[in-house]
Amino acid sequence: MALVEIRNVRKVYRREAEEVPVLDGLSLEVAEGDYVALMGPSGSGKTTLLNLIGGIDQPTSGDVVVGGTQLAGLGTKQLARWRARNIGFIFQLYNLIPVLTAQQNVELPLLLVRMSPKERRERAQHALDIVGLKDRLKHYPRQLSGGQEQRVAIARALVSDPAVLLADEPTGDLDRKSAAEILTLLGRLNQEFKKTIVMVTHDPHAAERAHRTLHLDKGVLSN
Amino acid sequence: MNLFSLVLVSLGRNKRRTILTMLSVVVALFLFCALRGVLDTLDASIKVSSEARLVTRNAISLIFPLPLSYRERLTAIPGVKSVAHANWFGGRDPVDPGNFYAQFAVDAPNYLPMYTSDIEIVAADRPQVETPVPPGIDPKLASFISERDACVVGERLFKRMKWKLGQQVPVSGTIFPGTWTFTIRAVYHAKNPAFGEEAMLFHWKYLSEKGMNGQGIVGWYVLELADPARAGDVIRSVDAMYANSAASTRTETERAFQAGFVSMYGNVPFLIGVIGLAVVFAILLVAANTMMMATRERTSEFGVMKTLGFDDGTIFRVVLAEAAIITLGGGALGALLAKLVIEGSGFNAGGLLPPMTVGWATVATGIGIAVLMGATSGLVPAWQASRLKIVEALRRPE
Repeated sequence: MALVEIRNVRKVYRREAEEVPVLDGLSLEVAEGDYVALMGPSGSGKTTLLNLIGGIDQPTSGDVVVGGTQLAGLGTKQLARWRARNIGFIFQLYNLIPVLTAQQNVELPLLLVRMSPKERRERAQHALDIVGLKDRLKHYPRQLSGGQEQRVAIARALVSDPAVLLADEPTGDLDRKSAAEILTLLGRLNQEFKKTIVMVTHDPHAAERAHRTLHLDKGVLSN
Repeated sequence: MNLFSLVLVSLGRNKRRTILTMLSVVVALFLFCALRGVLDTLDASIKVSSEARLVTRNAISLIFPLPLSYRERLTAIPGVKSVAHANWFGGRDPVDPGNFYAQFAVDAPNYLPMYTSDIEIVAADRPQVETPVPPGIDPKLASFISERDACVVGERLFKRMKWKLGQQVPVSGTIFPGTWTFTIRAVYHAKNPAFGEEAMLFHWKYLSEKGMNGQGIVGWYVLELADPARAGDVIRSVDAMYANSAASTRTETERAFQAGFVSMYGNVPFLIGVIGLAVVFAILLVAANTMMMATRERTSEFGVMKTLGFDDGTIFRVVLAEAAIITLGGGALGALLAKLVIEGSGFNAGGLLPPMTVGWATVATGIGIAVLMGATSGLVPAWQASRLKIVEALRRPE
């Protein structure tokens, strides 16, 4: 059974009186442990699809089912709780909180879980250890390189042990070397930690690391 | 880390802005409490007065005198235990005219026993010869009682002027012209702080002989009652007795008299209250604007937090807590600072009022207003942050 099921999803944005269709009757299945790369030109609906899978946006019609949960049936608060448990987000621009240290940034999602401060700290340190930043716990984002910031962001996505990692152009803002390191890390998370990964990318080298690549154009998927 | 430390860390994001906003709240609440302190002080000046004493003054105005001859008839009124009289002297320090303190000429043998529960003598010169004191007078005042130009001064005034017992103090008369010299023979301490310690009391007889050519005119009479419950009867009797005389009287309880004195300030207390609230309202707008700016700058950050699973309610509470810490912290600091600074200064309008005070009720009101400011200034930004749509928030640039 697929971990992510998208059935006949339409997404239409409204710009004043005008309707802008972004996804047009899209269906997709992602199996548990899969690593999918989503490619396509700008405005093709890649990020929108990622947002729908992550429950931060709702489809105009159709079903989004992740881990057996029909997302349309969840209220705002339930969706927030569901995201905290099931989804890890990795952004192109890392989106770390600048006033928090690396460890505090990673602890952030754990504030929503009943957990002792000690356990929270230990889990954050473990996640940072996995991404190879155990020696940067007390560093602020401004004291880290782009690659290191992205690794902190990956640790933050990882710390609550979600089944699915959604990465929106995770190497888009990095140099070639850092990008390669991040892609290696994502591959390791998929193979070693069995994380299901859906990654939006413009980079064919990044897409090569995935198990399969899907192309999205004008809201329609093709292999 | 927990949610509270997250709030504190967020406040440290722009330290200068946070500190300046907090300082503006400190200043607003300081001003509010200081201004309210004026009202507290006026209230305290009423509280020092007693319901068991009446004050009889000229019906036209306090500045018109009454004849000394009224004294005998006032003493004879049923229910009156004793009668004393006093005058406002209104002198100035000849060396430093800006150094104002109150001077009262009092009928000491009758006046001082009425206030034994309010003041006590803490220092006094010994008389050169043993002198008996009238009943009810502290024996330590023997020297003061026996000397025509002696005076008793408040402890605070005594210390402020660095006077010594036995020292001769010159005073320039304004209502009663000439240079007057008083010898300090005793120092009083106000057991009731509202009585104040910045006044000089001297013998009415000395004023009468030197300043009025022996004329018997007094500023007001103080009537001590045998039974406060009969105050109404006594008031009616006194005023009826002199209703058709050249100097008709107005009699009221000492508390009402003091309240009337305070009411001479007219709408000033009201204005003070309004100014205080206006200051607070202005700062409220500043705080609200700052909070909104700070929230707007963090739009994408709230988007990220929501993506991570923070629900609307948690975001609302985090933003509201930030506003509350700024306003509550600043407000409490301002209110307590007002109490410490104002009361520490001991300002008392030259003895006309008790030492200026900022009551705990005013401090509590100030803190209450700070809480309200926090809620009001934080409500809109907290609501806006909680209602942010994640997709739009993430799209918006920092």
